[in-house]
Order: sequence, then C-alpha cells, then structure tokens
Amino acid sequence: MSATAPPQPDPAAPSQAPDPAGREPRWRGRSVASGLRGRAGGGLRGRAAGGGAARPWLLGAAGAAALLLSIAVAITIGPADLALRDVYAVVAQQLGLGDAGVTRIEEGIVWELRLPRTLLAAVCGAGLAICGAILQSLLRNPLADPFVLGISSGASTGAVLVVVAGVGGGAIALSGGAFAGALAAFALVLALAAAAGGGPDRVVLAGVAGTQLFAAVTTFVVFSSADAEQTRGVLFWLLGSLGGAGWGDVALCGAVCALGLALCLTQADALDAFAFGEDAAATLGVAVRRVRALLLATTALLAAVLVSAAGAIGFVGLVLPHAARILVGPVHRRLLPITALAGAIFLVWVDTAARTLFEPQELPVGVVTALLGVPAFALILARRGRAA
Amino acid sequence: MTLAAREVSWSAGGRLIVDGVSVALRDGETLGLLGPNGSGKSSLLRLLAGLRGTDGGAVLLDGRELRTLRRGEVARRVAVVEQQASTEVDLTAEQVVRLGRIPHRGSWSGDADADARAVERALAETGTSALRDRRWRTLSGGEQQRVQIARALAQEPRELLLDEPTNHLDVRHQLDLLALVGRLPLTTVVALHDLNLAALFCDRVIVLRAGRLVSAGRPADVLTPALIADVYEVAAEVLPDAAGPGRPAIRFLAPSAYASPPDARSCQPSR
Repeated sequence: MSATAPPQPDPAAPSQAPDPAGREPRWRGRSVASGLRGRAGGGLRGRAAGGGAARPWLLGAAGAAALLLSIAVAITIGPADLALRDVYAVVAQQLGLGDAGVTRIEEGIVWELRLPRTLLAAVCGAGLAICGAILQSLLRNPLADPFVLGISSGASTGAVLVVVAGVGGGAIALSGGAFAGALAAFALVLALAAAAGGGPDRVVLAGVAGTQLFAAVTTFVVFSSADAEQTRGVLFWLLGSLGGAGWGDVALCGAVCALGLALCLTQADALDAFAFGEDAAATLGVAVRRVRALLLATTALLAAVLVSAAGAIGFVGLVLPHAARILVGPVHRRLLPITALAGAIFLVWVDTAARTLFEPQELPVGVVTALLGVPAFALILARRGRAA
Repeated sequence: MTLAAREVSWSAGGRLIVDGVSVALRDGETLGLLGPNGSGKSSLLRLLAGLRGTDGGAVLLDGRELRTLRRGEVARRVAVVEQQASTEVDLTAEQVVRLGRIPHRGSWSGDADADARAVERALAETGTSALRDRRWRTLSGGEQQRVQIARALAQEPRELLLDEPTNHLDVRHQLDLLALVGRLPLTTVVALHDLNLAALFCDRVIVLRAGRLVSAGRPADVLTPALIADVYEVAAEVLPDAAGPGRPAIRFLAPSAYASPPDARSCQPSR
C-alpha cells in the first residue's frame, strides 16, 4: 500500500518527475508522492535554522503543483474505460474551451462523478487535516483529531437517528443530522473534559468516552430499527464514503474549508503561543479564552460540515499534521497551509485507491485511511520516542 | 513608575490565597518574593502578571489598573518566566525565543527587522546564541531556563517576573541564572525558596506567610533568625555580610531530633 503513503521526509529519495499518465494507478500515486518527498527532503534541513523565507514558499508551490497534478491524474483513473484525451476534453468543454465530442455518459462520468468526487476528497482531506492541526495545538495533545474527540462518531449518531430512526420526520437530511450530532458530541466532550479538570489528557479521555457512547447509541439504533438494506447503507457511510459527491457538496465544503483555513491563519501566532500552555499564551498577549472559543467553534463547524458530506473519515486529522510538522516545523504560519495541501493530496490518492483497488467493489475510504494511518502513526510515535 | 499591588486579595476554592498584599516595585530593582510552600508567592506573581484577576484591591502598571489594559499592551511591558515550562511542540530554541515577538506583531504583519534584532539581542544577552538550532526539548534544565529568559527579553519588557526559576537546577546553574537576572537592566520580581540565593542577589525582599505580607526590606534587615523561626519554623543562624556587604548568609540549625551523627560505617567507600 505504499502507493498512497503520506509524504514523509526522505532526503535519500530522488526527486522524480511524475510518470506520464497511462500506467497503473498504483504507480502513479507513488511517483507523485515521492516527487513531493524529494523536494521536501531538501527543505527540511534548512528549516531547522529558523527557516529562510524562500524554502516554505518553494515547498508550498511544490505542494500546490502536486495537488493539481494528483487531481488531474486521479480523474483519469476509474472502472469506466475512458481515453485520457477524452477525460481532459470533457473538462475543457465544461470550462468552455471547445467541443469534446464524447457521449453524454462519458461526459457524465467525468464531470458529474469523478471530478466532484476527487475535488471533495481534496477538500475533505485539507479540512480534516487542518482540524487535526488546530486541535493538537490548542489542546496541547498530539493525539487530538476530530475522530478521537468524538466529533465523527457524534455525526454518525446524528445521521443514523435521521435516516434509520426517522428523527425529524423527513424534514432533516442525513447531512443535517450528522451536523447536529457532531456539534452535540463535541460540546459534550468539552464539557466532560472541563468537568474532569480540563488538562490536555482529560480532553482525550473525554473523547474516548464520548466516542464509545455515540458508537453504542449508533449501533443500538441500527440494530433496533434498521432493515438489512438500510444497515448496509449506513455502515458504508459510517466508514466514510465520497461516493455520492456532487458539485453542491464540493461548493459547500470548499467554501467552509477556505473560510476556516483563512480564519485559522489569522490566529497562527496565537496558536504558536499555546506551545507552553494557556498561561504562557496569556503572558504573550493572547486573549486565551476568546481565541480558544473561536478556534474550537471553527474546528467543530468545519469537521461537522465535512463529516456530514463524506462520513466519518478517520486518521487524516491525526496523522497528516504530524507529517506536515516533519516537513516544515511547528510554526503555524507555515504549518497550516502545508498541512492542508498534504491532507488534500493524501485523501485524493486514498480515495482513488479505495474506488479502484477492488473494482468493481468499492472500499470505504475510512478503511483505507485507517490501514495507512495506523502504521504511519506508529512511525510518528516511534520517531518522537527517539527524539525525546 | 512601574508595577504595584495595592491591597490585592485572591481566593481559590473558597480559600483566601493572597490576603491584602501591598507592594510597590522600584525602577530597576531585583525584588525577592519569599515564603514557605503555600504562602501565596506564585499566586501573587500571577496577579502581578495579570494572569488572574484580583478579588480585592488592584494591580497598577504605571498607575493604571492592569485589568483595564489590553493583554497585548501588558505583554509588551511585563514578561513572565515560569518555574518549569514544558511543551509537546518540537520547537527549536530560536523558535521559542521568537515567541517573545508575538505581542509586537499584528495578525499578519510586523517589523521583521525589529523582530530579528530583538531575537539576536536576547540570545546574546543570555548566552544562548550557540543553542539556537537545538531542539528545546533536548536542552538541559539550565539551558531551557536561559532560553525562556531570552524569550522574555525578546518581548522587550521593562518588568520581568520569575516564578522559582532555579527550582530544578543544580547549584552552579542556580548561581549563573540569578547572576544573569541580576545583570539585566529591568525591574525584576523573583519568587525564591532559597534564602541564601535571595540574600545574595536581591536588592529587596518581601516575605509572605499564609497570603499575608509579614516583612519587607533589604535582605540584611529582613532575614533575621527571629523572622526565619517565625515564618519557616526552623532555627537558623544568620552571618551578617558573609556573602558580601549587606548580604547575609544563613545557616540552618538542625533540630536535635534529626541531629544524630552520621553513621561512620555507612560512609566508608564500599570496596
């Protein structure tokens, strides 16, 4: 599964030019990932010295190029046997550049299925990774992410209550239920953590408790009232799926994600100031309570919107911020954009793998993120252990 | 004009921790904050830093109430060094020092040259320039405290508050650190456990007991056997001018219950 491994620094890896499209999907994924690796490896050493201004920009530009390239390659891959030329002709036609001369079905596959799905993967990857980075810094806990803190399982409970138990009487969509569930779960976890004393470890303990509770409620609802068909559909959604993505999802999630990132960037210095705790941040002039409330609310909203569109995709928020820190260091002004890019590239390739590896069967994308995320996380833990 | 506390009180969990303390700092002095565990030293320091709001009385910065000032404005005047800072974040020493520039920056912009100059000066003044690329978490306790002081200096404050900065350091690093603090041209408040260090480095000391101020003045005037017996409940002999003019040295006298002679056999090198 090295095809879609998250970018890791590896100064030894040569900087490869991406493969010309047309080879097997596994190989394409690998070449883009190692292309990023090669560039990143060069930037790593320079950064330790406080970071010249040029290298982060270079890395950011390389990341943006890699993301565009990833999307361009990912939309050429899929069960339907479309010629490369036709795929780009459809995109060009939709952008108003000439006539593609392809069938409506082919046009639909590219423009209504593959492209929105790939873009939604990029947006979700970016957004979830940002959520993870913010939560880890704010709560001073390297284990914090939307999944661990119960936001995702709360969304699942909300979605199941709407779809299976019929809460809302049909007036609320699945995504509405997921959104409400995510916010409720996060509020509960934070309240529980505050009641338990509010330390960084308490938040994760409260998250574990919340996750278990909401998982139990979800299972209870599914078992007590779902039929077989509903159960299968819900389970698939619970594990994360970008399958039903449309342009509406892309627009909503993209806008929320862009706003969230912009807002977090205005607080980048304040996030740095939290490194030594809340009192230390306050002595550096940060309005601790206001910044905390603002960023927690932003994170919860962002995660809720993404989870309601794409299901509970775990480990992106946990692992990608750590990978990005290895690349550019912990200073948020540089870290947040790189985290977003890394998350986007990662999820584009993970989703491509999820929908093609076992075609015509489709793997839930959350399964693939976990299969990749857990070993990656173990590596990060081991690396931290050595560094300390 | 500098920091002053006027009749400040603060309670936590229904218990009065700081009880009507008044103290006015003098420009450029090093003030020692003394008292046994739980006497309210750290809490008073937090009140002076504006990290906690007073329940009674007021903290004044240049005669203006601290609580009415913006946090950023306070951070450009008053810097704080904690007993032992810890972080999960893998910052380099220089990045830690750079944190001190945050109060001088807006959301986006800032004077990059001024930032760089202040960071260089802070590193040079604390003798930590050679540590700049080291990861903060791999530094020794003494190095970490020096880097934290460099971070505080990068804030370009006029007042520096230190909460038991020598607690986790060996003797040599305790002396080095306080000598460094004493050299700085700042108004400094330092909470200390060690009365000899206070006598050696402070221009003035104040002594707290159970949240109340019991004595204030020059070390030679305050640190008497009677006060030490009264506040710390130990017998002590004070040797005037033993650590320099006006700087007494204190020798604690073990209570007779502890004073059995060392066991000669167990002191033999075991070969």
